[in-house]
Amino acid sequence: MNGKKIIELRGITKSFDGELVLDNIDLDIYDNEFITLLGPSGCGKTTTLRIIAGFETPDAGDVFFDGKRINDVPPYKRHVNTVFQKYALFPHLNVYENIAFGLRIAKVPEREISARVKEMLALVNLRGFERRSVTTLSGGQQQRVAIARALINNPRVLLLDEPLGALDLKLRKDMQNELKNMQHKTGITFIYVTHDQEEALSMSDTVVVMNAGKIMQIGTPIDIYNEPMNAYVADFIGESNIIDGLMIADRCVAFAGHRFECVDTGFAPNESVDVVIRPEDVDVVPVERGMLTGHVTTVTFKGVHYEVIVDIAGFKWMIQTTDYVAPDAEIGIYIEPEAIHVMKKSEYSGMFGDYSSYSVELDLLSENIEEDEDSDDEEVTYKLKEEGL
Amino acid sequence: MNGKRSFLQCAAAAPHIVWSVLFIIAPLIFVVYYSFTDSEGNFTLDNIKSIFNEKYIVIFLNSLTLAVIATFICLIIAYPLAYIFSRMRERWQKVFILLTILPLWMNFLITTYSWMTLLEDTGVINTILRKIGLHPIHMINTPGAVVVGMVFCFLPYMILPIYSVMAGLDEQLIEAAADLGCNSFKILTKVIMPLSVSGVISGITMVFVPSISTFFISQKLGGGTFRLIGDTIEGYFTGTSINYNVGASLSLILMIIILISMAIMNRYTDTEDTKGRPML
Repeated sequence: MNGKKIIELRGITKSFDGELVLDNIDLDIYDNEFITLLGPSGCGKTTTLRIIAGFETPDAGDVFFDGKRINDVPPYKRHVNTVFQKYALFPHLNVYENIAFGLRIAKVPEREISARVKEMLALVNLRGFERRSVTTLSGGQQQRVAIARALINNPRVLLLDEPLGALDLKLRKDMQNELKNMQHKTGITFIYVTHDQEEALSMSDTVVVMNAGKIMQIGTPIDIYNEPMNAYVADFIGESNIIDGLMIADRCVAFAGHRFECVDTGFAPNESVDVVIRPEDVDVVPVERGMLTGHVTTVTFKGVHYEVIVDIAGFKWMIQTTDYVAPDAEIGIYIEPEAIHVMKKSEYSGMFGDYSSYSVELDLLSENIEEDEDSDDEEVTYKLKEEGL
Repeated sequence: MNGKRSFLQCAAAAPHIVWSVLFIIAPLIFVVYYSFTDSEGNFTLDNIKSIFNEKYIVIFLNSLTLAVIATFICLIIAYPLAYIFSRMRERWQKVFILLTILPLWMNFLITTYSWMTLLEDTGVINTILRKIGLHPIHMINTPGAVVVGMVFCFLPYMILPIYSVMAGLDEQLIEAAADLGCNSFKILTKVIMPLSVSGVISGITMVFVPSISTFFISQKLGGGTFRLIGDTIEGYFTGTSINYNVGASLSLILMIIILISMAIMNRYTDTEDTKGRPML
């Protein structure tokens, strides 16, 4: 990063009605970075954002901005602006007045307001919408107004609370690019909250994976994907096969009844570990050349690849391959040393990464529910996955 | 099937239609009929003309003034109360709204008589004043007493619509305003006030209309020392000088005044919406 910390959270703890939402969070946010708080509903990501904005005060811990403690600074005095999940545009004001709102409050001269609103409308591609009532705009347009209304104040930090949650898939992809570009152009630090791992990976400089009020891992998208810290992160970010393994020695791990060469070091000899293998990193080969052999149980065509569930010594793996494999076939699989990622055992070991419960219907179901972005249902799906239903 | 359903719909609407015709439309027709006829039932404009003399104009102006004052005082009291109620925890909101509605469960006559015993020269307030050695104040039979009565009787009608608009405000809008640099006062003037205009308008309507046409409050607390339009109309229908025709004409003019005031107010809110400027 650029090295300069802009926001520091130290030991932030917060509970609502006796329920612990944030459990001793430490987080550094650097100037000019696009940082994403990623996690399922109820993991505390929005609460973290609201504490930075000043809408919630932590029960314990401190918030620092530019090295100064700002726990008691009210929202209107903070150099941050927020893009709200449901936009929260002022229905009594038109597009122009909504965007100008912050500058009006700051008593900026009318000529400057007019110039800056124009500039913002250009930035968010809404030229000519000045006099439109915000209630007549589409979701995507309202979202742009909300972003312009926040950015016009030149905040040091822009907080975005699942801003694309209510948009359809296509629009969401476009807006992801636009947001990334805006962040680049303005050089403002973006703190982005989402439950969509793909969105997090494609937009962020830094991803913070959260679960149950705790930070699981902080890192670049590549780190988070390739070097997940524990089974929870590995499972939440993309698909993964997580297998019980034994670290024989440095660069040598045993699992599924076979020893593999790997690139991981620094474990105790014969330490029991979790091994992560991404479905796309497994090569399908003829049985005689395979390091492991397995029995294909289901094959699903996904467009860019086939999703194959293979039973290898009683453990069901997911493999993504572009070559067709027949159901009920015996196949061999080959795994390169770089494709094997070894993790220390954690409280999440054994809860994720097994596809024995996998079925196409459930997969479709969970995808639909994620689209709905209904928090409770989502948690149910996670539970289903955990319980192996 | 379709015909049957629409028959059912008609049947369901019938009581309302019958009610409207009997108690709203028919009386209106009678008012118009009496306004434009003399005692023999012949068409005449004399009733209407007779109203445009100084005697009635003064009465109209008195009524209008008192109604405007009472409405204004209601607004001044109700607006902050509604705001405070809407910011409370939900449980307390319910309690205070119940307390607001409570006086409406009592009959107007009883509340007005209670105010008489409070305000009379030998009433509760003056007795207390005398007891603690202060000079008693003459309150009953003054315009002030009438205004007090109106405010007390009609205040809930101002609080409730304003409260319901404020309670329905999206909390995120208030947070958005704070986020964009508004302190609590600016949040009130820049967001809450403009967004609660519709509640204020319906509150004003609901207080102004009964205030301008009241007769009982002004008779009991005004003591007949001055006349309001409501008293005058009542006098022509039930008093010693019964004259349905003049009474009906006065009612008609009063109705027109109320309609005009409401039209002005609605116009005002319409322009509010497009221009988006705070009203207060």
